[in-house]
Amino acid sequence: MAENNPFPGENNTGHIWDDNLRELSNPPPRWWMIAFWASVIWWIAYGVLYPMWPTIDGNTKGIMDWSQMQEYEKGVAEVESVRAQYETQIEGLSASEILAMPGLSDYTVASAKVLFGDNCAACHGGGGQGGPGFPVLADDDWLYGGAIDNIQQTIAMGRKGIMTAHGKILSDTEIDSLAKAIEAGNPTSDPNFTQKGCIACHGMDGKGMAVLGSANLTDGIYRFMPADGETLLDSIKDTIKYGVNDVTEPKTREAVMPAFGDRLSKDDIKKLAVYVHKFGGGQ
Amino acid sequence: MSETKTAASRQQSVDDLYEESVHWHLNTGDETIHAKRMGGYWRNIKWLAASSWILFFVGPYFQWDGRQAVLFDIPNRQFHILGVTILPQDFWMLSLALLFLALLLAVVTALAGRVYCGFFCFQTIWTDAFTWLEEKLEGSPQKRRKLEKAPLDFRKVRIKTTKHLLWLAISVLTGISFVAWFYGAFEIWRDFFTLKASPVAYGFIGMFTAGTYVLAGFMREQACFWLCPYARIQGVMIDQTTIVPTYDYHRGEPRGRIKKGVSEEERTTGDCVDCKQCIAVCPTGVDIRHGQQEGCIMCALCIDACDEVMEKIGRPTGLIRFESFESMEANQKPQPLYKRPRVWVYSAIMSLALLGIAYGLTSLAPLELKVIHARQPLFVLQSDGSIQNKYTLKILNKMGEDIQATISATGPEGLILVDADQVTTARHGKVTPRTVFVKVPKQNLTEETSPIVFTVQGEYNSQILSGERKSVFIGPRL
Repeated sequence: MAENNPFPGENNTGHIWDDNLRELSNPPPRWWMIAFWASVIWWIAYGVLYPMWPTIDGNTKGIMDWSQMQEYEKGVAEVESVRAQYETQIEGLSASEILAMPGLSDYTVASAKVLFGDNCAACHGGGGQGGPGFPVLADDDWLYGGAIDNIQQTIAMGRKGIMTAHGKILSDTEIDSLAKAIEAGNPTSDPNFTQKGCIACHGMDGKGMAVLGSANLTDGIYRFMPADGETLLDSIKDTIKYGVNDVTEPKTREAVMPAFGDRLSKDDIKKLAVYVHKFGGGQ
Repeated sequence: MSETKTAASRQQSVDDLYEESVHWHLNTGDETIHAKRMGGYWRNIKWLAASSWILFFVGPYFQWDGRQAVLFDIPNRQFHILGVTILPQDFWMLSLALLFLALLLAVVTALAGRVYCGFFCFQTIWTDAFTWLEEKLEGSPQKRRKLEKAPLDFRKVRIKTTKHLLWLAISVLTGISFVAWFYGAFEIWRDFFTLKASPVAYGFIGMFTAGTYVLAGFMREQACFWLCPYARIQGVMIDQTTIVPTYDYHRGEPRGRIKKGVSEEERTTGDCVDCKQCIAVCPTGVDIRHGQQEGCIMCALCIDACDEVMEKIGRPTGLIRFESFESMEANQKPQPLYKRPRVWVYSAIMSLALLGIAYGLTSLAPLELKVIHARQPLFVLQSDGSIQNKYTLKILNKMGEDIQATISATGPEGLILVDADQVTTARHGKVTPRTVFVKVPKQNLTEETSPIVFTVQGEYNSQILSGERKSVFIGPRL
């Protein structure tokens, strides 16, 4: 074929079909070949320097001894070294001391944000705004006291207040009258408040006692907010009737703050206490 | 006697021109343009315009208040321009400055053509400098062409090496000078040679070195033809009233060589003697006699060349001159500037941009306040019956030193800013955040959201500075 090429001088391969359909042998442009061989060299160099080929028990390591895990660990170590100076300080200080130091408490707030999100926000909301059945942390009404040490204790040990279900002790009219006085923010105006023994837990003035975790009934802030479609009065009556955490009453309000002392480290609890205190209601 | 002598010398110089003219031909991009260098009025203007680039090299070394006078400090996100520090928050002024410069280009181009290309553009200037060096080392254009074709001997290697080393030196200096504006002029020299500069700095110096060397040394006018968008953009900004270098073909045509023995009175040709000097000096190698064209950067060097020839042969100068299409074609007097709408529109926009920058620079607030209202929760009922809102204040201090700042707030009646007397150290050149709580008695709230104004105040150099910011106070739905 090639010896009598009908298309001489055009650099064809001599493969000709159907009279004039032929294969030319035009090399790719020079720049393309340079880029091609550069890529091949790159590929070989990469294979030598970096992990690349799978082997039976893993993969080649590359002479640079580089791995993603090492890079990740290096990054983590870098962050840890920045944090270390604060973390060691936090280790040696109490929560109230941390709170008093502006720089350190700023760090603590930034650092505890994740802790709060992981452990607390599910019930108390991302900004401490509370949720249906769970107390607000951003206000200054505290059942067990809003000082930094009280908050720390609450987180570490948990809380479980108890209020007897009064449905069997009080008549419906008495409950009704008490609830109305409480809704008005003035529980002591109802003589039942003293006579039926409410003062034992909620105090002579109805403002609650932090030692017992009893609620302040005068400030318009309620531990149990009305459910959807329920009036505030009905909600108050329910609480009086069925109590809180009363095991003898199936309809009782459930209110348990779990203890985090065995789940989180001491430092994490300190951080969280500072974080919660700084929501705006700390005392 | 003296008349015949001048006639003879005139004839001689014309003969020389024709002898030379075989060397000059149009630029078709397949060979390097070796333009002839001639003096003249526009050549001097060009040197003068080019000298404005000296500022690019020496500018970074000026000091102001103990630091670099103009420093674009990108790592720290602040620009220092003389006494003014511009932070990212003031960057809207940069867009106005860019608008101003873009329109300046437009208005100048509309009035006087590609003045930027011909006299100020770095491509033109650096190419000019490179070819100047080339001429010093290799000689006239003809010699340069001969050298190019000459075999590689010791002399050629020596000359070429010197030239490329000098070009590279200029390129490196260009790169370092550019980076100096961003890095600090003295620091970059120190760090460059002690190998302590950042990879980014080396990268930019490398890019600028390569760019300068390739663009000014090799690409030259090809960059204007094929690379530069401004060349094309400016082409469409020109209209019939724009004055551009123009060959007066009414006067020049029919062109024809000066014939021996034919007196000026008898000649049937136009003023153009077809000596091709205008092509010879053109840095982009175009023939201006073909009319205005994309390759013409309007540097006016052909005007110098033609005038010189016209003077030599005793014909009036200005065969090639700055003239508008309108006055060349219709013989109209150019319209006065104030009658052209373009001038008015462009000037109005430019003035607005300038006014904006002036306003920005005079009202640079030294203390700036941003207020972010907490969203979770929007408000909290406190046990004393008040509603509490939480805000994160961001205090931006643009001064040179830290400021002890106090916060105050005005809003609904009975408003209490918790810890109002607490002092915040606003760090200089930074944003300092602070969380504040504001309480308002519930009964004083007449709407779900009420306006509230925060003020930050601090003392700097025994001068009270303050900044203000509006926000909202949110209460329960009424």
